[in-house]
Amino acid sequence: MSDFSLEEMLRRDPRNEWIARNRLHPLHDTVLSAEQGERRGPSGLLRKDPHLVGFIGPNGIKRIDRADVFSSVGAELAGKKRSTEAKAVSLPWHIVENPAGYIMVVADMVGGRLTRHDKDILGLAHQLATEKAAVAVVLVCFGESKETQFDLAGVDRLIHLAGQEFNGFAPEARLAALEQIETQFYPDYWLFPDSVNGGADLASRLAARLGERPATQAWQVNGTQTLCRGASSSVDIRRATPRILMLLEECADAIDSTRHQALPLQIKPLAALKKSNGSSKMLDRGMIDVDASAVPLAEAEFILSAGNGIHNWNQFHAAAAALGATEGASRVAVDDGFMPRERQVGASGTWVTARVYLAVGISGAIQHMQGIGQCDKVVAINTDAGCDMVKRADLAVIADSDAVLAELTKLANAFMASKQQTSSKQGEKSDAA
Amino acid sequence: MPPNINVVSLVSIGRHPQSGRARRAEQDGRAVELGLTMVGEALTVLHAGNPQNPVLRQYAGMGLPSLTVLDQASSCDAVSVLLRYLRKNPTDIVLTGVRAERGESSGMLPYLLAEQLGWPLVPKVAEIVSVQDGKADVLLALPRGQRRSVQVSLPFIATIDNAAPEARQSAFGPGSRALFSIQKGDNLADDAFMEWKISPAKPRPKRLKVVKAKTAADRMKAATAKPVGGGGKIMKQESPEEKAQAIFDLLLEEKVIR
Repeated sequence: MSDFSLEEMLRRDPRNEWIARNRLHPLHDTVLSAEQGERRGPSGLLRKDPHLVGFIGPNGIKRIDRADVFSSVGAELAGKKRSTEAKAVSLPWHIVENPAGYIMVVADMVGGRLTRHDKDILGLAHQLATEKAAVAVVLVCFGESKETQFDLAGVDRLIHLAGQEFNGFAPEARLAALEQIETQFYPDYWLFPDSVNGGADLASRLAARLGERPATQAWQVNGTQTLCRGASSSVDIRRATPRILMLLEECADAIDSTRHQALPLQIKPLAALKKSNGSSKMLDRGMIDVDASAVPLAEAEFILSAGNGIHNWNQFHAAAAALGATEGASRVAVDDGFMPRERQVGASGTWVTARVYLAVGISGAIQHMQGIGQCDKVVAINTDAGCDMVKRADLAVIADSDAVLAELTKLANAFMASKQQTSSKQGEKSDAA
Repeated sequence: MPPNINVVSLVSIGRHPQSGRARRAEQDGRAVELGLTMVGEALTVLHAGNPQNPVLRQYAGMGLPSLTVLDQASSCDAVSVLLRYLRKNPTDIVLTGVRAERGESSGMLPYLLAEQLGWPLVPKVAEIVSVQDGKADVLLALPRGQRRSVQVSLPFIATIDNAAPEARQSAFGPGSRALFSIQKGDNLADDAFMEWKISPAKPRPKRLKVVKAKTAADRMKAATAKPVGGGGKIMKQESPEEKAQAIFDLLLEEKVIR
């Protein structure tokens, strides 16, 4: 008995324990709150009360929030912004100091941004770069660029040719620039997207000029062997990896866990370009206006889509015509008979790939959101600020659709009128000259 | 359209996508159709390969009185023999498909011809609008149904996109009666192609959505959370004019309004 001193002995209060066990006891709550923190069982073990975990939800059912969604929301509301700080995790740097070799990736940059295809090819370029030491992945892009995340996409060096002569349809100028890069850097590989956005065309021109036999429709590439599709995608061709490759989509995974320098790389002035400028055999006359309603919905570039919030349908059609947009609709608008079935966007309609999707009066059912999953920019006009479409949108306008559509139509008409005036003035000038 | 230009359509043996049988190639058929609408029966239709191939009669059945065949084995490279033909015979416009349906189908042949001849090449043509004073106005088919107008000087090579008018039906009788002018081709074997290993196409693996979450709770969140754009701008208090202007500026910035 002398081993036990009174201080070391765990003192138990059987009455309090009995009250804590009895939830109907009038003192139950006070006893529990007094014992919060650490509770010891009869043998001195730390006990956790499962009844104390969680909170009572809005309909009286107990909820346990293991993902900590609500606590972070609460913290944000309290002005602490804990979750946003936690999100800005800085990725590790991938630095190439003095590159011994280069891999050139010529991006499509549809709409001035890297496409998913471009990012996959940058990922493949890094796979090829690991096979040798100190190889830098260089992105070559033409024209205007709106991309802000070159560093996260895996661009070690950047050659951005922003001159006016590279805009639009300019294969000769672009080819001259690529030739200049070839003589200046002699890259290990030239990687192009095998796409209809001009990647395959430019790659074929470069291959013909350099006299290399390229791999087309390649989808599995390493330093020695390449697997390409051939004969209208019915056979696989296994061959040695050439210097010029045109790659299919999903040929590799995009870079997502490192940060890159994206340092600009200077190229010498283009002598060949200036020489060829005078004698260009192809002249770009610009884009032709096409009938937007004749473009299939699945491949339309700009969609004006209508939902339950539209009351004035004549105004909606007029707005679509003025903006030159292809018309789409949500399921409600189609079911109510305002729009034809082939215009329906969403799970049971068409999955669209538009670059800009303007949703008017659509709150965003999940089936509809699936259908617009591949759209780049979503603009929402809605009266409900809490709907899913507003959460998804890059620009959301909380207003009644009638007023905004009327203003938009007015703006578009004014824009077209001013454009016609300037073009007619230019025509007069050139006639006089 | 002046009839005094020389148009050559290059045709190849196609492959039916389901059965794999030989057929009239889709884009080459459109190239012949475009040539026929431009110059009618003055069109030269040129094939490098086996003149006994019955598929050539399908091209002839589109209303051609004759076909020119450069006789060579199917394993041989067509570029050199076509180059020789185009250098010898006066030609203004060469029409081809974008990609062949057999062989490597790299789509490089028109580019190699254009490079060797020093002619311009216009890719993915939907329509040749007019030919005047040694210049042609062509419409290029861009993705998303867009069209671009390009002026190109003769002579040039054009690859014909699927957006061009569909090839007319082929008639069996006239096709069988058409005359073939057979010329001797080269026999330069395509050595590099012989070295490649060719196997039936394997289905490509589908890309899996890999979630790099550390904890089970994070994976649960990734699987159940709705995709939220985040960082979107919301306009509530402004007047309708300002709201419409903001939308219009975005449309202009994205260049969907031209």
